[in-house]
Amino acid sequence: MLSNIKHYIKSFTLFELFQGLGVTGKYLFKRKITIQYPEQKTPMSPRFRGHHALRRYPNGQERCIACKLCEAVCPALAIDIESEERADGTRRTTKYEIDFFKCIYCGFCEEVCPVDAIVETHIFEYHYEERGGNLITKQELLAFGDKHETEIAKRKAADAPYR
Amino acid sequence: MDSVATFLNGFLPEGLTTLIVIMIKIVAILLPLILAVAYTTFAERKIIGYMQVRMGPNRVGPKGWLQPIADTVKLMFKEIISPTKASTIVFFIAPMLALAPALAAWSVIPFWDGGVLADVDAGLVLILAITSLDVFGIILAGWASNSKYAILSSLRVGAQVVSYEIAMGFALVGVLMAAGSMNLTDIVRAQDGGILNWFAWPLIGLLLVFFISGVAETNRAPFDVAEGESEIVAGFHIEYSGMAFALFFLAEYASMILVSTLTALLFLGGWLSPFGHVLDDIPVLGSLLGDGFHWLFIKSFFFLFCYLWFRATFPRYRYDQIMRLGWKILIPVTLVWIFGEGVAIALGWKPWL
Repeated sequence: MLSNIKHYIKSFTLFELFQGLGVTGKYLFKRKITIQYPEQKTPMSPRFRGHHALRRYPNGQERCIACKLCEAVCPALAIDIESEERADGTRRTTKYEIDFFKCIYCGFCEEVCPVDAIVETHIFEYHYEERGGNLITKQELLAFGDKHETEIAKRKAADAPYR
Repeated sequence: MDSVATFLNGFLPEGLTTLIVIMIKIVAILLPLILAVAYTTFAERKIIGYMQVRMGPNRVGPKGWLQPIADTVKLMFKEIISPTKASTIVFFIAPMLALAPALAAWSVIPFWDGGVLADVDAGLVLILAITSLDVFGIILAGWASNSKYAILSSLRVGAQVVSYEIAMGFALVGVLMAAGSMNLTDIVRAQDGGILNWFAWPLIGLLLVFFISGVAETNRAPFDVAEGESEIVAGFHIEYSGMAFALFFLAEYASMILVSTLTALLFLGGWLSPFGHVLDDIPVLGSLLGDGFHWLFIKSFFFLFCYLWFRATFPRYRYDQIMRLGWKILIPVTLVWIFGEGVAIALGWKPWL
């Protein structure tokens, strides 16, 4: 009986509705946590896995020795490598292509590489303007590595103690 | 306005002058109204965004203030498609039929003392009649679309609007009993004399019923089963695109503003200042704190804000719950309230006098 009366009073004073309005009313004045993306960016881990790059040694020699471990480990079969023996007797790649539509950015290639040749960089804002642009060739990967080498080295060094 | 009339009378016949003056008045009401509609959509996205700890639109123009303009331009350039087996003529008449009553009802709304297009004696009845016509546009849109979602939605709207019209009408009966008039200007004048004389206090129950029914009438959350995204995609306007869709949008927001303004006029004393005439003698502040359009604006803005606040807060009612609320709660509440009010008037207890 008493609880019934209490229920009626609660319903007719719209108590619970006002409670709900109070909650949203409070949130109206809360600080907004939206990141205004192109102007503001969230902090990024040195391990971030973005666009791939092939690195070189400081003397300009390319690191990749065509061991094809990355090709073997790649779960999406995105990497395609062909190799040959060079004039100085070393084994190098003649073709190193990554299909970025197949790639799932798992980072296994980077993990498995014995010479730290293939890396995933911090760059994630890129696009293709033509059909087939997703097939990144060896030249492009090397050029990409050359362009961002200082940043890549810095991030590698920052992550090294935890590896 | 009178000076314009006398100027035109100099070289035009009197009938034409009247027509031109009325046209000018209509434009003077409709242009700000459409602008208000545009910025209500912006306010809605912004306020609901803020309540969800988001920013809301802030890219177009400074702080996003040009967003409604961009939306309008986009809608104007979109193709208007009519479904293959739609009843084409009705399909294109429906949005106009939805918009026209929403705009026509503004003819009897007084913005300040005497600031009204048509000072009709039975303004309240006219508003009830015209707002009821709104539902035809929606029903015809649903029927003409030849879509199951649309017809389901328009059936829902039909039943819902008819149900809540009754509660709304009864709430209005309470107001006209208290004011002793059906003219909106007279109703507001009857509330003169400060915040304590507003009908909101003795008729608080009717105020709530009126506003709740108003929300249901305009098919807004939490009574928006007509749109019901989770069940029937977008409801009656699912087959509409471009400007035809924009007209429905315009109609919805124009009736939202109409209901907010009506609530302010009927229960919160419209353009009357909450301070009464106590402060009228203060030189500059007196005109600011005294009666005027700005008070009506503030009051209607509050109710419009409530609309958006409700949408951000309450989950959608189930259809049978809507019907239960309308028939089993709101209508009995208004009946009891009107009875009590009638007894009070018969016995001469008018708390607001």
